[in-house]
This record gives sequence, C-alpha cells and structure tokens, in this order.
Amino acid sequence: MIDVKNLSKSFGDHLVLDDISEHISPGEKVVVIGPSGSGKSTFLRCLNLLETPTSGSITFQGTEITDPKTDINDLRRQMGMVFQHFNLFPNMTIRKNITLAPVRTKLMSQAEADDTAAALLKRVGLEEKADAYPAQLSGGQKQRIAIVRALAMRPKLMLFDEPTSALDPEMVGEVLQVMKELAEEGMTMVVVTHEMGFAREVGTRVLFMDQGHILEQNEPQAFFAHPKQPRTIDFLSKVL
Amino acid sequence: MTFWERFALIFTNAKYLDSMLTGLRMTLAISVGAAALGLVLGSIVALVGLAGSKNPLMKLPKLICAVYVTVVRGTPMALQLFIMAFVVFAIRGFPLVVTAIIAFGVNSGAYVSENIRGGILSVDVGQTEAGRSLGLSAGATMWYIVIPQAIKNVIPSIGNELIALIKETSIVSMIGMYDLTAAAKNLGSGQNLADYLAPMTAAALFYLAIVYLLTFIIKRIEGRLRQSDRR
Repeated sequence: MIDVKNLSKSFGDHLVLDDISEHISPGEKVVVIGPSGSGKSTFLRCLNLLETPTSGSITFQGTEITDPKTDINDLRRQMGMVFQHFNLFPNMTIRKNITLAPVRTKLMSQAEADDTAAALLKRVGLEEKADAYPAQLSGGQKQRIAIVRALAMRPKLMLFDEPTSALDPEMVGEVLQVMKELAEEGMTMVVVTHEMGFAREVGTRVLFMDQGHILEQNEPQAFFAHPKQPRTIDFLSKVL
Repeated sequence: MTFWERFALIFTNAKYLDSMLTGLRMTLAISVGAAALGLVLGSIVALVGLAGSKNPLMKLPKLICAVYVTVVRGTPMALQLFIMAFVVFAIRGFPLVVTAIIAFGVNSGAYVSENIRGGILSVDVGQTEAGRSLGLSAGATMWYIVIPQAIKNVIPSIGNELIALIKETSIVSMIGMYDLTAAAKNLGSGQNLADYLAPMTAAALFYLAIVYLLTFIIKRIEGRLRQSDRR
C-alpha cells in the first residue's frame, strides 16, 4: 500500500530522517514508537507530504507521492490524518467540521455528507454534538470528532500522530477504543504513540525509531518480550 | 449672542446647516470610498505578501508590495495627499474627491495589509495542516478555513484603522476641499458667526457620532463572530 524508499528529511543542518526504507501492506496496523526527537512524527507527516522529503521516494498504491506532477490533494483524500492537538475548525459546528471536506472536494453532496456525519457521530456516541462548537467539547470528544472528520473522506489509510498525547489521562481510553474498533474493521493504520498497551493489543507490527532510523521492528508480542537492540531495551525499560 | 444661541443657529439657520451638511457629506464620501479602497488594496497586498513567501513566481510582486507598505507608512499623510493632488492627479477638471479617496485609500491599504497579514499568520498552522490533510487545495484551505478565522482576529484592528482614517480625512482642506472641518472653520469666520467655538464643537460632535456609530457596528460584528468561542 505504501512503499518508502531511501527517505531522508533534514531541517537545515539537522538530519531528522536518515535513509529510511519501509513497506506498509493493506490491513496492517503499524505502531511507531521511540523517544521524542527520534523522527517518528516527521516520518508520519512525510507519508502524506505535510513534510516534503529532502530525498527518497514514497509510493502510495502505485502512485509516486513525491513526484511533483502527482495531484497531492487527490492522494491526501485517500489518507486520513489525526493530529495530537485535534486541529478541529473552531469557527464551525461539529457537523460542518465533518462535512466541509467531502462537500468541497465534491466527494459528496451536502445531504449525503450530512447523513455520513450523522452515521459516523452515532458510531462514536456523539450524535447529540452535531450542532455544538469544538470549544464546547472535552479533549476526548474533540479527538473522536477529529477521527470522524478524517473518516468522512472514506480514506483507505489512517495516520495518527500522537492522538492521545494531549489528552487528560481519563480521556485516553475513549479515543483508543474508537481506534481499536477502526482497526478491527480492517482499516490500515499507521500510529505514532506512547501508548504501549495499544501497541501491544492492536498493532500488527511495532517500529522503534531513534535518531532518524528505524532501529528495530517486530510483531508486538515478540517486540515487547524480546527486544534485541540495547537502545530499544533501554527505552522500553523506561516506559513500561 | 451666547454660545448656546450660536450653537443652536448652526442647526436652525438653513444656510449654516446646509454648509455643515455639505462638509459632512464630503467627509463621509472620502471616508467610505477610502475605506473600501483600503480594504481591497490591503487584502490583495497581504495575500501577495503571504503567497510570495512560498511561490517563487510571486517574489517580485511581493517586493513591490513591501516597498509600497514601507513608503506609505514611512511618509506623512499630508505629504502623500499633496503628491496625489499636485503631482499625480494634477489634471484640470479631475475631481478632487476622487484624488482624496485614492490618497487616503492607498494610505489605509498599507496599514490594513499589515493587520490582515498578522491576522492570517495568527491562525494556528495546524488549521492549514488539517485542511490540507483532508485533501483540500491550498486555496480552498485558505478560503474556507484560515480566512474566516483571520477575519475574526483582524476586526478590532481594522476597526481602529477605519476610525483613524475618518479623522485623518480632516486634512483635506489643505488641498482646498470642503469637508466637515473646513465647514466648521468657514462658519466660524467673520462673514458668518465670527466665533469658532460653536462650529468647532458642532463638528466635533459630528465626528464623535460617526466614530461612535462605527464602534457600535464593529462591536456587533465582533460579538457575532465570537459566537463559536462560547462554551
């Protein structure tokens, strides 16, 4: 589904991603963990070109994303993204937040989009919030709405950039629950997170990143039970 | 005659009242025209400036806009008005009111553009990222997501700019135009009331009323735009 070849990214003199090659298959739930500054968010943001790679190529379903001739807007419509700070549109109602992109990209009519929004809101238990504004919602509710907003575009892949890091501890569960359900439905997901429980339970593969490299990867049980690299062992001993 | 009698005369004597209202109309005409021109010009300059930091094709337009803002903000309004009236539009029969509208509009545009630029930059970059990640184009993201939020941020400073603009138009008598301030001066002269206090007070009240009304309207707009902030 996604093929990353020799991806490097530097900000000025600072090399954040150093020659990363990776393949993500349909249906996988790839969880990316690692210390802050390891490049895991930058890696995720390169996948939908929110960051422009310095070198290397990324191919999504046979189309090279990094080719300047590619219609990046069209590709992004097929990839949902959820941000650490939700990034809901504060001046719009929840319904408008969800329906804006499907309607403006001509994916749906306003009526279709409204129906989709209602169905998705019902699924995450927030149907009564359709006419509320983001400021009236708790952090956990905002993030569930942000997930719904991305899903309204009917993406083939979902990218999560530390979706629970800005939440009060007691709200983390409700967001992870929505993500878990999404995973069970077969959505392909790439999740940058510090939630080791989620990685273990939902992930099909764990990538450990440090200093711009994917240092180690494995399926979750083996990864957490038998980490091989000293840096991975050190990291896991601190977070588990 | 006491002050109050002279003051009352300005509003009861048809000739005096007509004189004041003629001046008032001119002040309003220049203000409204210049405000409209300033807002359009300021928006364009702000957008060109922001586009210029991303698109290499916009580098030259951006530079022109930067020079415009620097020159306009760095020179006195009266001087700009003189240059417009005695150099640029020194054409026989060219309506002075148009000259004044252009002079004040060009001046206001420079300030408005800085306000709008600041307003757009004050919108969190995450808003743009969210819009783009949903597959909206850069233009659609700017138009549907960033600009509506920027407007909310710039309304107070644009309001200040409009208020300053209205009062600044009082220098048009320097190029021989008859506005509210010129009318007050005329009514105070020897041929008329032979007293400046009453007509100046009347003119001051007119300016105050205009500014008060404008402030009221801006507050209303602000309140409406802030609806989504309520919890």
